[in-house]
Amino acid sequence: MLAFIVRRLGQSIAVLLTVGAIAFAMFRFAGDPVNQIVSIDTPYEQRLQIRRDLGLDDPFPVQLARYVGRAVRGDFGISYQFRQPVSDLLKERMPATLELALAATVFALLFGIVMGVISALRRDSILAAALQTVSLIGVSLPTFLIGILLIYLFSVTLGWLPSFGRGETVRIGWWSTGYLTGSGLKALVLPAITLGLFQMTLIMRLVRAEMLEVMRTDYIRFARARGLKTRAIHFGHALKNTLVPVITIAGLQLGSVIAFAIITETVFQWPGMGLLFVQAVLNVDIPIMAAYLLLVAFIFVVINLTVDILYTIVDPRISLATRRA
Amino acid sequence: MRIRRAFWAAAAGMLAGAALMGAAPASAVTFRYAFQGDIKSLDPYTLKETFTIAAHGNVYEGLTTRDKDLKIVPLLAERWETPEPTRWRFYLRKGVKFHDGSPFTADDVVFSAERVRAPGSNFATNVASDAKVVKVDDYTVDFILGGPNPILHAQFDNWYIMSKSWAEKHDAVKPTPASATTPSYAALNANGTGPFIIESHQPGVRTVFKRNPNYWGKIDSNLDEAVFSTIASDATRVAALLSGEVDWMDPVPLQDQQRVNSSPNAVVMAGPEIRTIFLGMDQVRDELLESSIKGKNPFKDQRVRKAFFLAVDENVIKTRVMRNQATPSALMIAPSLFSLSKDFVREPADPEKAKKLLAEAGYPNGFEVGMDCPNDRYVNDADICQAVVSMLSRIGIKVNLNAQPKAKYFAKVLKAGGYSTSFYLLGWTPATSDSHNVLYEIMGCRNDPKTSRGESNLGGYCNPKLDELTDQVLIENDQAKRDQLIKQAFQIGVDDAGYIPLHQQALAWGVSKKVKLVQRPDNQFLLRWVVKEP
Repeated sequence: MLAFIVRRLGQSIAVLLTVGAIAFAMFRFAGDPVNQIVSIDTPYEQRLQIRRDLGLDDPFPVQLARYVGRAVRGDFGISYQFRQPVSDLLKERMPATLELALAATVFALLFGIVMGVISALRRDSILAAALQTVSLIGVSLPTFLIGILLIYLFSVTLGWLPSFGRGETVRIGWWSTGYLTGSGLKALVLPAITLGLFQMTLIMRLVRAEMLEVMRTDYIRFARARGLKTRAIHFGHALKNTLVPVITIAGLQLGSVIAFAIITETVFQWPGMGLLFVQAVLNVDIPIMAAYLLLVAFIFVVINLTVDILYTIVDPRISLATRRA
Repeated sequence: MRIRRAFWAAAAGMLAGAALMGAAPASAVTFRYAFQGDIKSLDPYTLKETFTIAAHGNVYEGLTTRDKDLKIVPLLAERWETPEPTRWRFYLRKGVKFHDGSPFTADDVVFSAERVRAPGSNFATNVASDAKVVKVDDYTVDFILGGPNPILHAQFDNWYIMSKSWAEKHDAVKPTPASATTPSYAALNANGTGPFIIESHQPGVRTVFKRNPNYWGKIDSNLDEAVFSTIASDATRVAALLSGEVDWMDPVPLQDQQRVNSSPNAVVMAGPEIRTIFLGMDQVRDELLESSIKGKNPFKDQRVRKAFFLAVDENVIKTRVMRNQATPSALMIAPSLFSLSKDFVREPADPEKAKKLLAEAGYPNGFEVGMDCPNDRYVNDADICQAVVSMLSRIGIKVNLNAQPKAKYFAKVLKAGGYSTSFYLLGWTPATSDSHNVLYEIMGCRNDPKTSRGESNLGGYCNPKLDELTDQVLIENDQAKRDQLIKQAFQIGVDDAGYIPLHQQALAWGVSKKVKLVQRPDNQFLLRWVVKEP
């Protein structure tokens, strides 16, 4: 077990290095950062000086090595736009993204499971057909469109919910939370729905399929024959057995919810890491771009590692030793 | 029973309290506003960008400033005089205090002049590098120049004065360069003499301004607090204005202006901006980088440039592409910045004449040329270029358009990219709000490597006669004579068809109907003129 974890950690570092190298290789196509750092009428000499100071004239391997060398020590450099350490900026923005991702996942699980169960148990009802249609919309409409539609309905037309930002936040140590204030919770509703809608439909469809599968199994029939209450059969036996794959999927999707929050954050001006990244791309703020990509790669690596380890705990039949091949 | 009575008493008390609170005189006036970009840094010497400069202008002040009509007026300097052409004497305002309570004196001016010219500052050109700044007494400062400069005070409006003692105390004596390895205190905190104090600043998210109760002057504004947010997404920014979550936002996208105007609580406040949008052509290379013509450069021929000018129908661009939110321009400078610009009229488009000129120049069947255009820098920039492409096709010119994000565009076309363009669209705002800046930076020859003349003249248009006039403009102290010289210089530019000026794009601010404010043509939005119904 320990050997496995160590080996996986080694692989993870290789993954991170590769991501860093690919990202760095791509940055040279993003444009010249100097134009975003100074105004257009800045003298040429001064521009050259800035390029030299930033090390942009050095060969690619030198730049990469310097970056990795610093990153290993936890120094991700200074943002070109804000003149602040990137690690501070990411730390400042991380709570917003994580709280949004959590809210979206909870929303997706809650509604996805309920809707899935309903559409499985009342397969032929009008409600089930309606839910299927909703799920189709959720899968096919792009996130930014859903976000804008929600804004126009609930902010502009009805005036119930804010269209942008995070509302009032409360600081607990370095963590700023919007969960504890009224405006913070209100601001969370639309982005969480927008971000969670796709996951919700995914979970709904998964629950429905699994539920239909389970309802056909022998033990459900025997339970019926024994005269157990329908509710006990549905929720005590059937649903319980559908949840294992649902939780696996939800856990795996958490990584992509965090990473794909970029679009939702842009639409709602949600001050998270994704928004920081988008602004960084527009302004060729290489230190922020690099650190964000590394962070996302790191999150995926950690989630995958955790899932692998959890598998062995949940299902002892899976042996890590055999997965070596 | 007793409990019930106590309950009623408490309820009555609460009601009375609520009524009192309701009747209390006007509560704090909070103004909320949003822009598509950020206040990049609080250090006033870091980035010369209009919105950032204006945001700093609420907190910091310069020796001079511009009033509602862009006229230069005194601010931290009460008055000034020029005992000799190369010596300017500024008399400073007395009794002014920085937000931290320290008094404003000549030492702060001398210090700020040093700091603004230090490496890492983007405002170094606002104070000439050879100028000596000398403290005469606590409230008098002399600027001793290397040569005469009639617009020195006009260059000072965006040069904000910082407190020497504050900078020294917080280790912020030098501006933070982008390549710094440690952050600067001045990038996250501000200490000016202005009417507003920065209460909190979260980069790229939110900045809160509070009224400075000890401000030395009187201002129109009745605001107690202003909250700035960045909203990058166009649709969200419009939604925030329509739903009343913000009182001001910029810019309103052209396609949304109708909707904002028809809404009950906001309007679009439009006006001409001082930035001029124009087309430029490479007139330096002997063979264009991107063209079907080999061995020679068609743009070296005035007739070809004139043909391009005549083929581009600015009126169509104005009505169709800009939806009338533009002012066609005859000159490379906005009319509000040059008093004699009314003497110039933009020649109307004439494709037939253009074709004839092309034939005379030896290109009866036209030719192919590449064009560079930003797609996220100016209002509808890529659409303008698209329109130009189709207009030029009518006279047989095939344009291969390369519309790209500004980060890539500027990397290609500026000097650092080797001026790698044959035909391009650019916008220019003279930093000094003066014609000399345009004549020198945009229309000056760039063949002398010893000076920075023409550094932003991407196509390298060159006429030595124009340069001569430009040099006279620089040192001419008589305003009427100076204007005549400028007029002559611009006339040369028009005759040479060195550039194709298009228009001044319109400012489009979305403003709540509860708010009264001033729109300055340089697009600086200042809180000091904002009045909001409580």
